[in-house]
Amino acid sequence: MGHVRALVRPVPPRTCPAPDDWLPPVIRFENVSKVYARGARPALDDVDLEVERGEFVFLVGASGSGKSTFLRLVLREERPTAGRVFVAGKDLSTLSTWKVPHLRRQIGAVFQDFRLLPNKTVFENVAFALQVIGKPKHHILTTVPDTLELVGLGGKEKRRPHELSGGEQQRVAIARAFVNRPPILLADEPTGNLDPTTSVGIMRLLDRINRTGTTVVMATHDDEIVDQMRKRVIELENGRMVRDQSRGVYGSDR
Amino acid sequence: MRLQFILSELGIGLRRNLSMTVSVILVTFVSLTFVGAAGLLQVQVDQMKDDWYDRVEVSIFLCPDQSEQPTCASGEATGEQIEAIGAELAGEALEPYVQDVFFESKDDAYAAFQERFADEWWAEGVTADQLQASYRVALVDPEQYQVISDVFTGRQGVEVVRDQRQVIEPLILVLNRASLVAAGLAAVMLLSAVLLITTTIRLSAMSRRRETGIMRLVGASNLFIQLPFMLEGAIAATIGAALAVAGLWFGVTYLVQDWLAQSVQFVPYIGTDAVWTIAPLLVGVAILLAAISSVVTLSRYTKV
Ligand SMILES: Nc1ncnc2c1ncn2[C@@H]1O[C@H](COP(=O)(O)OP(=O)(O)O)[C@@H](O)[C@H]1O
Ligand SMILES: [Mg+2]
Repeated sequence: MGHVRALVRPVPPRTCPAPDDWLPPVIRFENVSKVYARGARPALDDVDLEVERGEFVFLVGASGSGKSTFLRLVLREERPTAGRVFVAGKDLSTLSTWKVPHLRRQIGAVFQDFRLLPNKTVFENVAFALQVIGKPKHHILTTVPDTLELVGLGGKEKRRPHELSGGEQQRVAIARAFVNRPPILLADEPTGNLDPTTSVGIMRLLDRINRTGTTVVMATHDDEIVDQMRKRVIELENGRMVRDQSRGVYGSDR
Repeated sequence: MRLQFILSELGIGLRRNLSMTVSVILVTFVSLTFVGAAGLLQVQVDQMKDDWYDRVEVSIFLCPDQSEQPTCASGEATGEQIEAIGAELAGEALEPYVQDVFFESKDDAYAAFQERFADEWWAEGVTADQLQASYRVALVDPEQYQVISDVFTGRQGVEVVRDQRQVIEPLILVLNRASLVAAGLAAVMLLSAVLLITTTIRLSAMSRRRETGIMRLVGASNLFIQLPFMLEGAIAATIGAALAVAGLWFGVTYLVQDWLAQSVQFVPYIGTDAVWTIAPLLVGVAILLAAISSVVTLSRYTKV
């Protein structure tokens, strides 16, 4: 799969930042556990990790290992049973409910099922994300076409989701997640519904977004992609973090 | 941008649930009509009380020429008897109760009679002798009728003691009961209005779960997410209130003023100004209904 290899880019040597421009980790889990139902086994079990600004992180593990739960905790769709979650320097356990929307404006999110609005055009779907947070019209009219261009959908603004391929629909979803230029992008199995070739295109796009300085956390099943990208890999097993490896591959035993 | 967007979302919501919206309008219309009717009846009762209780009198009818009453066996009340009654009414024992005493002689009664029934052919044959003299007593407290009645009933020269309130009271009682019934129906209808609005908002929220899910995800504020639903309920309820006000206005204009006021004339009727007085109340109740329903529903279905 030579065309995938092209994705692998050399990792720049990590430079030690000077103390005065040190930034807090973008995401930090402090001994986080999540138990959904009383008595059930924890969906996350004492997870302790940090994700730095600008990183690209794969979250891997079998189905039910807690990947989606991890992402929902970052979005504050769920709250931890124990431990604390910090996002962009804020402790989510002390974040009041009315500030949650502000938190979410700093996080883009993409899912396996795209979650597009079927009766809105591509342009409207992306514009929707800005309209509902009250952005002015002129801002929308310039930002949305730029973003669509960035994700490779230039010229398809007037299409509706059902007139697009799966890969194109996921690009619309990514455009919507990224249109407000959030510092964090979460992707929950974004290639789960796509064929391998299309998946590569989506990965290339996420990589490009990551290079603009956006921190990307992607949960996935797709071992080939993980193996090819050589990024940081965090592996969960029954809610426990069993591996945290920079430039890792999907299965630790391979 | 914001406003325009909210309005377009609102339009989509209203159109998508058109039949539900119409039923919300109708049920608020009917329930608020009952609320309004109860209110108007109460206004009517108050107005009648105000108008009548000030003027209400106890009448001590003195024996006329011919009477079946045993106290009138000796014929027409004599001047002595009349004076004795007058003295007692002015006396110390009755002073705390009596506010004013007015003596209507047979001639006064005749004059009043002729004036009142001037146009009637049958009034012409009536003479002063066929009428009777009376004392009209205004009481300090209209409820204390019994005191006067106890003193003068059965006395020689007094045919009968009559309290005008006995004529009015049943009417007020009927109106009060009607007002209670209307209030009861209003309560039931208001409950069903709340349930219906709740259901409508819930359906609307569920039919737009996709949109609201994305809104939450990209960080739209709660108010922004919920406002279209709230407005949907509030607009439907307000239209219902407006219809109720219109209905009550027509009711008062055509039923009360044009019809009742012509056929039963002695009652001081309410006018359409009473409708305008309670209109803000009805709109307030409508908005309250919608607000309660929104808060109850939305906190559950569109939570962050
Ligand atoms: N909303 C929920 N209510 C109860 N249990 C849940 C819920 N979401 C996930 N779980 C459970 O938590 C565990 C982890 O699920 P999830 O985070 O979705 O894993 P993954 O995304 O890795 O497949 C699973 O056992 C799942 O059944
Ligand atoms: Mg999952």
